[in-house]
Amino acid sequence: MAHAATLEIKNLNKQYKVRGESLPVLENISLSIKPGEFVSIVGSSGCGKSTLLKLIIGLEDDYQGELLLDGSRIVGTSLERGIVFQEHRLFPWLTVEQNISIGLLNNTKFSEEEKRKSVQEHIELVGLKDFAGAYPYQLSGGMSQRVAIARALVNRPEVLLLDEPFGALDAFTRAFLQQELQRIWEKEGITMIQVTHDVEEAVYLGDRVVVMQPRPGRIKRIIDVPLPRERNRSSAEFIAIKEEVLREFSHTADASAGLIEKAASNEEYSHSNELSYQA
Amino acid sequence: MNLIHLIRNRDWRWAVLPLTLLTVWYVVTTLGWVNTKLIVPPEKVYQAAVKAISRDGFMEGVEASLMRDMSGFVIGSFAGIVFGVLLGLSRWTERIVGPTFNTLKHISLFAWLPLISTWLGTGDSAKIVFISLTTFYPVAINTFDGVRSVPRTQLEVARVYAFTRWQSITRLIVPAASPQILTGLHLGLIYAWMATIGAEFLLVTADTGLGDAVIKGRAAFNVELIVFGMLIIGLVGALLNFIATRIESHLLAWRGDRT
Repeated sequence: MAHAATLEIKNLNKQYKVRGESLPVLENISLSIKPGEFVSIVGSSGCGKSTLLKLIIGLEDDYQGELLLDGSRIVGTSLERGIVFQEHRLFPWLTVEQNISIGLLNNTKFSEEEKRKSVQEHIELVGLKDFAGAYPYQLSGGMSQRVAIARALVNRPEVLLLDEPFGALDAFTRAFLQQELQRIWEKEGITMIQVTHDVEEAVYLGDRVVVMQPRPGRIKRIIDVPLPRERNRSSAEFIAIKEEVLREFSHTADASAGLIEKAASNEEYSHSNELSYQA
Repeated sequence: MNLIHLIRNRDWRWAVLPLTLLTVWYVVTTLGWVNTKLIVPPEKVYQAAVKAISRDGFMEGVEASLMRDMSGFVIGSFAGIVFGVLLGLSRWTERIVGPTFNTLKHISLFAWLPLISTWLGTGDSAKIVFISLTTFYPVAINTFDGVRSVPRTQLEVARVYAFTRWQSITRLIVPAASPQILTGLHLGLIYAWMATIGAEFLLVTADTGLGDAVIKGRAAFNVELIVFGMLIIGLVGALLNFIATRIESHLLAWRGDRT
C-alpha cells in the first residue's frame, strides 16, 4: 500500500494577470488534509476550485502562501501527485495498456518487473482486463475515465486529485463510477481530493465537503460527513447533510450571481494564454 | 463460384469511364475519323509498348526514374518533418523563420530549376535536389499545422508525467501530429513523382528515365511511344498513391473507422 500524503494549505493566494490588471482568483485558502482522507470541494463556476487543483498538481506556479505536501513546498509536477481531469485525456494512438504504462515513463523507483506488475494490477483495479489491447475510440466515456484513473494511480502516488472526473458522464455511469472510486480509495488507502459541482457526489465520497464561493475564490464552510461507508444516498442523514451543503451553495449563488460568469470567463482567458510546450 | 462471388461483390463502376474512352478511341481511329498520325490507334500503342518493354534499357529507365523519385522524396520528407516540428515547437523559430518560409513557398517550384541547373548541372543530383524541394513544402507545412494543433490539455498530461522535452516530442507531439504529417507525406509522394517527370523533361541529359523516353518519342515523332510513356507515368503515380493510402490507413488505424 502506498504512503498517503498530508497536504497543508496555508494562507494561499493566487492572482491572474488580465490585461495588466491583477485579478484575485484564490484568497486566503487554508486547509489541512490528513493522510488517507477524502476531501470534496464544491463551488459554482469561477470559485477557483480547478485553479486550486492546478496549483496542487503543479501545473501552475506563482502563488503566495504555503502549499506543503508532507511538509515540503510543492514545486512543479511530480509523480507523487496524480490527477484525473474531466476529460479522460488519453492518447488516442495508444492502447489501454500503453496509456496506463505511459504514466510510468519516468518512474525511477520501480524496477521493470514492478512496472509491469503495477500496470496489470491497475488494469484489473478498474475492471478493464478484457480491454487492455483496445484503443480509446473503442471505449465508452465511463471506460475511458476508468483508464484515466488507472493511469493516474499506476505510479502509486500519495495523493490523487480529481477535477470533476465524472462531470461529462451520464447519471447511471456516474453513480457506478462513484462507487468504484470509493472502492479504489479504500483499497489504495491514499489521500484524494475531488473537485465537483455535484453536491450528492461530494457528500457520497467525501469525509469532508469544502464549500467555496467565487470572486475571489474563498472557503465558505467546511462540512463534516460522519456517515459510515458505503453510504446510502436515500438515508435521512445523507439527505440532511446534502441539504446543508446545498443551503451554503444557494447563499453563495445569491450573493454574487452576476459576477460568477465573469470570473469564470476570466479564468478561462488566462488558461488559454499559457500555451507552453515545455516538458 | 468464389470468383463469381468476388466479382459480384466489388464495385466496378470505376471501369465505366476508362472502357468508354478506350472504345471511343478505338472506334474513331478504326473508322478513320481522325488523323491517325496525331491520334494513333490503341493497337499501335500496344505494339509500341511490347517493343519498348522488350528493348534493352526501358525497364532500367523506369528504375532510374523511381530511384530519383524515392531519393528526392526521402530527403525532402525528412527535411520537411524536422523543419515542420522545429517551426511548430517554438514561437521563437516561427517568428524568425516563418515569414521567410511563407514568402519563399510562393515561388513556383519550376522557377527554381534554372538556378538548380546553374549550380548543379542537369545530372542526377540536380534532379534529386528539385524533387526534394518539391516534397519538402507539403510535408513541412502539414507537419507544422499538425504540431501546432496538439491540444494544450494533452501537453498538460505530458507535464504531469514529467516528460522530458524529447519525450514530449516523440511520445506526444509527433504521434498527435501524425495524421497531418502523413497527409503531407502523401501529398509529397504525389508531387515528387510529378517533379521526377518534370525534371527529366526540363533537365535533359543522356541519362535514362521515363521522362527521357517520352522526350525521345517526341523527337522521333513517335506518338505511340509518347502515349505509352504517359500511361506508364500515370500507372506508376496511381500505384504510389495506392501504396501510400494503404500505409496511411494502417498507421492511423487507432482513429477507428473514420474515412
